[in-house]
Amino acid sequence: MNNPLDSLWGTIILGLILTLILHIAVKAGLGG
Amino acid sequence: MDWVPAISRWIHFLAGVMWIGLLYYFNFVNAQAAKAAAADGTGAGIGKHVMPRALLYFRWAAVVTWLAGAALLGSNFGAAFMLQKSHMAIGVGAWLGTIMLFNVWVLIWPNQKKVLGIVPATDEEKNKARRIGFLTSRTNTALSIPLLYFMAAGGHAQQFFGG
Repeated sequence: MNNPLDSLWGTIILGLILTLILHIAVKAGLGG
Repeated sequence: MDWVPAISRWIHFLAGVMWIGLLYYFNFVNAQAAKAAAADGTGAGIGKHVMPRALLYFRWAAVVTWLAGAALLGSNFGAAFMLQKSHMAIGVGAWLGTIMLFNVWVLIWPNQKKVLGIVPATDEEKNKARRIGFLTSRTNTALSIPLLYFMAAGGHAQQFFGG
């Protein structure tokens, strides 16, 4: 399996997925 | 005017632009340029003249960004890093920035020193250092995306997480 960090698009998509996960976590943490 | 947070915020932005700007230069421009330059034999100047200067500003801008951010948090530093509700969004940003600062000084810079010949290394060590430096730099690029999101969300929790 390729490492997503080897491609710029893979890196950006990884960052966006991480943003979404953390957004959901923080929203839940704030009681939203 | 509340001088310490105001000046800290300004410096945090200035240094942060330099840090993340150079990070994006490395990832969006230099990685491909260095590969193309190596292929046609014109890459020596990048390693000799560009990278040492870019890395100097990069690693120290990271330190200044973190210190200005810590000064800006002031008495809320603990609340942010403990992810208390009142400072959860900026706390996530602070943690991401701290991980990225660690990556710069513990993984990127020591490995780049080997790649650039600032410290002696065999070809095998250089290849390994190049790979670790590259993946860490890409990791920081990925982390910068949520980092900037949570920086933006810091003072606007209702806008980002409300309703």
